[in-house]
Amino acid sequence: MNIARFSVNAGERVFIYGPSGCGKSTLLGLLSGVLTPQQGKLRLFDTDLTALSGSERDRFRVDHIGLIFQQFNLIPYLSVFDNVLLPCHFSSRRSARAKTSGRTLTNEAERLLSHLSLDSALWQRPVTTLSVGQQQRVAAARALIGQPEIIIADEPTSSLDADRQNDFLNLLLQECKAAQSTLLFVSHDHQLTPHFTREVALAAMNQAVVIREA
Amino acid sequence: MQILFSITLKSAWNRRLTLGLVLVSIALSVMMLVGVERIRQDAREGFSQSISGTDLVIGARTSPVQLMLYSVFRIGEATNNIEWRNFQSIAAHPAVAWAIPLSLGDSHHGFPVLGTSLAYFEHFRYGESQALSLAHGKPFVGLFEVVLGAEVAQQRKYKLGDKLILNHGSSAAAVAEHADKPFTVVGILARTGTPVDRTIHISLEAMEAIHLDWQGGAPLPGFSINPKYVHKFDLRPKHITAGLIGLKSRAAVFKIQRFVNDYKEEPLLAILPGVALDQLWQVVGIIEQTLFAVSALVVLVGLSGLVAVILAGLNERRRELAILRSVGARPHDVFFMLMLESLGLTILGALLGIALLDAITLLGAPLVQAHYGIVMHPTLLTLAELPLLCTVICIGLLVSAVPGYRAYRLSLADGLTPKT
Repeated sequence: MNIARFSVNAGERVFIYGPSGCGKSTLLGLLSGVLTPQQGKLRLFDTDLTALSGSERDRFRVDHIGLIFQQFNLIPYLSVFDNVLLPCHFSSRRSARAKTSGRTLTNEAERLLSHLSLDSALWQRPVTTLSVGQQQRVAAARALIGQPEIIIADEPTSSLDADRQNDFLNLLLQECKAAQSTLLFVSHDHQLTPHFTREVALAAMNQAVVIREA
Repeated sequence: MQILFSITLKSAWNRRLTLGLVLVSIALSVMMLVGVERIRQDAREGFSQSISGTDLVIGARTSPVQLMLYSVFRIGEATNNIEWRNFQSIAAHPAVAWAIPLSLGDSHHGFPVLGTSLAYFEHFRYGESQALSLAHGKPFVGLFEVVLGAEVAQQRKYKLGDKLILNHGSSAAAVAEHADKPFTVVGILARTGTPVDRTIHISLEAMEAIHLDWQGGAPLPGFSINPKYVHKFDLRPKHITAGLIGLKSRAAVFKIQRFVNDYKEEPLLAILPGVALDQLWQVVGIIEQTLFAVSALVVLVGLSGLVAVILAGLNERRRELAILRSVGARPHDVFFMLMLESLGLTILGALLGIALLDAITLLGAPLVQAHYGIVMHPTLLTLAELPLLCTVICIGLLVSAVPGYRAYRLSLADGLTPKT
């Protein structure tokens, strides 16, 4: 993968169009600090990710980034609440931000879950009994808790049907706005583009000659 | 840190069936390892507590270990007897302080019957030079009187004044009974934790009396002597099985040993109990070491099972590890979680094994004592077992690094997208 330059402003909602095989996983790995570039710089806010050690990047990730995957986002043996609260246990920053304006962590989790239209009856159920759409909303709540500056979503709607895609997307966008988080949304589905402030085609941006996907 | 503990716990609970089976296998292997060690110690202690203060054991010429086994521990049978007059002349040696005759061969419900003299109650010592004491009654005076060991009285529920019939021969299934000459219980000994507890004591004369009308191990047909008239016969013993000798001064022990071993009238053997016990340990030691090695191997098998199960489950958990990494878990947190899981199972298994062993000891101790005369101490955990347990846990710690390291590598390589 070879990207000359790619920058996002705070509060932007960016749609990254990427059909499979164009280096999507690599880009996400780089942005979330799991991978490091062989050359060049990677700056998030004022931090140069390339200058951080592995565990500093892990810390940085949980402090500033919320991640939503395509599917199987939840840890099966934890309750809905425990899944949502996971980032707060690993990041004191997220935990502190979730507790602003006098709320407890539980209050905040409850608030996010109900904003994402998850009925309170579901909160105590084992996550494995939830539908895929419900699971994705729990994952969104987990990404949003503690108001991280960036939300990275990797095809979070591709396992949902068309109606639910729109519902989910609207809820996600609304909550990102409320939390003032920047959203990076990766998908191969062009129809979703109108919801975003900017569209970037990963294939055009990536100047590397892709021989085989890593 | 706390979250890692709680996630590990919940994750393990989620896989409780497989991990439970692993836990049981570790518990059983630890139980076996510590159990072998415990039986070894209790057996040794039991054997060395069985006799004390006796300078020499004498018997017909045989191996020292065998003489020790049948005379003191009532295990196995004598190959030959000593003539009574020879025993008497040895007992009369000026260096000898006391002599206890032992005449074995009969039994009662599997308990050995010992013909002896009153010197037994006076001079026999066990443990740390403790003398025998009567819990109830008095030593035998009359001919058909019997003094019971504590275990015999307890198991057969005998009390003073009860009648009992002795069997000929020492096997539990001995059919020939000395039914015509019942004995009366006149004394019950206090518990000693030695083979004495399982012994039925009668006088040498009574031993003669019940065999007056017997020949070649069976009653003479058509010939029976009424107990009332046995006094008219010569009841002095002709043979005894073995004897215990106490000396006036320990310094004479080798002199008297030589005196007995060189006895002209009859081939005899005198042994020092301590030396014979050492020989016994040499024989038993090989078996003990083999048992110990086998049970140590079983523990290793148990721990390998643990590693195998956790490694096998790891592939299905790659998604889970990726999610944890996405919310900030570092690869060494993942290592720690996996390590914690295996180590926790090892420690839990070891403790469960000890608990099982204690439960079994508690339930089985009376049985073991009744059948083998070995007193098992149902202790929670002895100090001597601590290093053994620590070794098991340390090995557990070492092997748990294997799944830990594998998970560490996996979560580094996978990042947020497991390549399954």
